Amino acid sequence: MTGAGVITAFGAGWKINADGFRSGRTAFRPVTLFDVSRQRCKIGAEIELPADLPPNRLSRGDLRRLQRASRLLLLAGAEAWNQTGWTAAGRLPMVLGTTSGEMCLGQEYLRQALRTPFEFKRQAERVTHYLVQQQGINLANALGVEGEVITISNACASGANAIGYAWQLVGQGRADRVLTGGYDALCHLTFAGFDTLQALSPTPCRPFDAGRDGLTLGEGAAVLALEELGSAERRGAEILGEILGYGATMDTHHLTQPQPEGTAALAAMQAACASAGVTPEGIDYVNAHGTATPQNDTAETAAIQAWAGARAATLPVSSTKAGIGHLLGAAGAVEAVVCLMALRGQWLPPETSLQTPDPACRFQIVRQPMAAKIQTALSNSFGFGGSNATLIFRRWL
Amino acid sequence: MSRVFVHGQGAVSPAGWGVTALRACLNNARPLPLQSLARPGWDKPLAVRIVPPPPVRPAYLGHPRLRRASPITHYAVGAALEALGTDADLIRSGGLRLGIVTCTLTGGISYSRRFYEEVMQNPATASPMIFPETVFNSSASHLAAYLGSPAINYTLVGDAGTYLQGLAVAAGWLDNGLADACIVIGAEEPEWSAADALRLFDRRAVHASGAGALYLKALPAAAAPVELAAVTDSFAATRAPDRQEAARQMRAQLPAGAPGELLCASECGNPAWKDWPGELLTPVGILGEAFAAGAAWQCVAVCDAIQQSRCAAGNVSITGQSMQAIAARFVNPKSLKPQTRT
Repeated sequence: MTGAGVITAFGAGWKINADGFRSGRTAFRPVTLFDVSRQRCKIGAEIELPADLPPNRLSRGDLRRLQRASRLLLLAGAEAWNQTGWTAAGRLPMVLGTTSGEMCLGQEYLRQALRTPFEFKRQAERVTHYLVQQQGINLANALGVEGEVITISNACASGANAIGYAWQLVGQGRADRVLTGGYDALCHLTFAGFDTLQALSPTPCRPFDAGRDGLTLGEGAAVLALEELGSAERRGAEILGEILGYGATMDTHHLTQPQPEGTAALAAMQAACASAGVTPEGIDYVNAHGTATPQNDTAETAAIQAWAGARAATLPVSSTKAGIGHLLGAAGAVEAVVCLMALRGQWLPPETSLQTPDPACRFQIVRQPMAAKIQTALSNSFGFGGSNATLIFRRWL
Repeated sequence: MSRVFVHGQGAVSPAGWGVTALRACLNNARPLPLQSLARPGWDKPLAVRIVPPPPVRPAYLGHPRLRRASPITHYAVGAALEALGTDADLIRSGGLRLGIVTCTLTGGISYSRRFYEEVMQNPATASPMIFPETVFNSSASHLAAYLGSPAINYTLVGDAGTYLQGLAVAAGWLDNGLADACIVIGAEEPEWSAADALRLFDRRAVHASGAGALYLKALPAAAAPVELAAVTDSFAATRAPDRQEAARQMRAQLPAGAPGELLCASECGNPAWKDWPGELLTPVGILGEAFAAGAAWQCVAVCDAIQQSRCAAGNVSITGQSMQAIAARFVNPKSLKPQTRT
């Protein structure tokens, strides 16, 4: 990884996010983007979008049409692009993950189609920019790059699967460099959907807490620049870290609930370790999926403990959703950047809001900011529909 | 790309359930009759092409995961099971790791629209039964559950060309041993809001729905083998002036073609193919515009033509609605020397 960009409710950019994750800040506030007055949950990790976008190649008209998800992706993508120092020459594949693309425009389209069925003004523009591929195309145009855009939509594992697939492209020699990551903006449909399922907590989420009662939604984006090692070394690029392994499995138990013993999650972790050539003893930190729903955390706890065995007793684990909420399609990508930050900074991201650890957790939940000597980190992402993905990262020295 | 072979095809289309119905319809070469789809707020309905009811209700629709699923899942599972044939049992018994790639542009849009309409009325009473079906990967999830398949499973979202990107993803999985076999599905469902949106870009376009599937392995089938010889790069075609150049670059990555070969194209009259020496087929005029499902039908049509010995090789060309120009080439490996490209 030779470039990384991130935006969350902590703010835009590496430094403000590293500070937030390292100190265990929380970024929840009342949702203002849409009306939540008739819903159980009224909070989220909403981003205050910067007034200006970074310098880019989009026309004034294109910029005017950029909506929230595209803006998040562009902010993260431009940071990664500038850090890696790539030029626009040659083809650059882009592999992105999202669950809902620019859903706010889909909502606007439908509202107008129903309320004023013979009024078509701006409807074509809404459709174009609603389509999931358009956000990737916008980023490519903004950076001035050409190449295919692949968008993976595997629910909350989208971002992790995008990075995993991009890593395979580079590993198989099918690309020298790939821009990859995930993004999702808060939108009413998704918020209401999780609320109707009673998956949202009315209070800030507390992953792995005995009293946890649901997740909190957030929004954001993260983009990584992946590059074949020889290419990075030849141009003297700063290498931020290494992707060591990736595993992806399906949990066929239920559309929205994990198998209670976490068997598919365990299989994803084992597959990632096999591809990385490491054992649980070789993992120094686990960034858990940790949504704070009773079902997810129970299954993930069982999976981590089955996977780690005796190592579990000393294994540091935390869910950074405690600070920025669940970013859905962006979650795996942002959490990959968090792992990268922790490996480079030699610290562990704490869950400072944890009150009473679930007694089922036999691993060490990181509760306070702390320095740590860590060489490897494992990140879990599990999604609706049963898509499970695990990534393993290594510090680059 | 290592060698990849087609072991089965499946199709659910406005022509009916199965590859045989698709073949008969394309051979007939006449546009299928139009159906009406009510459009709220309009007296006049939209003209679309919808999958007819199956002659016999498929047994798989009784599966607990499929009873409440939306049409896109019914079509995707139907096409996939036809393509998999008896290997479905092998997958269920754990004897074969199946990678699943599902490609779509609009996904479970009918449930998304229904759910958002309920949210607009009162978000507190919107149905929690509908929301999970709105996620793009619900069809892929249901298929995996029906087959008991725990292996890698992606849903790719994008224009029609995304289906060919899906073939390349599957080829990569076969290449690095992530799966023993892969099913690649393109699927879309009937929905007035999608048909309404399509009209904004082409008033003559007829929205269609259904699914198509190819079943891929790294070893050739014993009978009537078909090889996926190439998937070209994807060339961005987001603006009108770029489209011809993108199509030209896509064409340049494939062999020139020969008389007796088949070109199955997503549109008529693309200048990139003006010197094509073989037969030309454009299913969109017969079946309608079905995005990823349409791309899958194109691939099924070419593979079926090779298996039926109507041609020794064929290309599928897609110049997508808003994203890319991309093509794939299929050959009978016994008739032609493969001309592989990555």
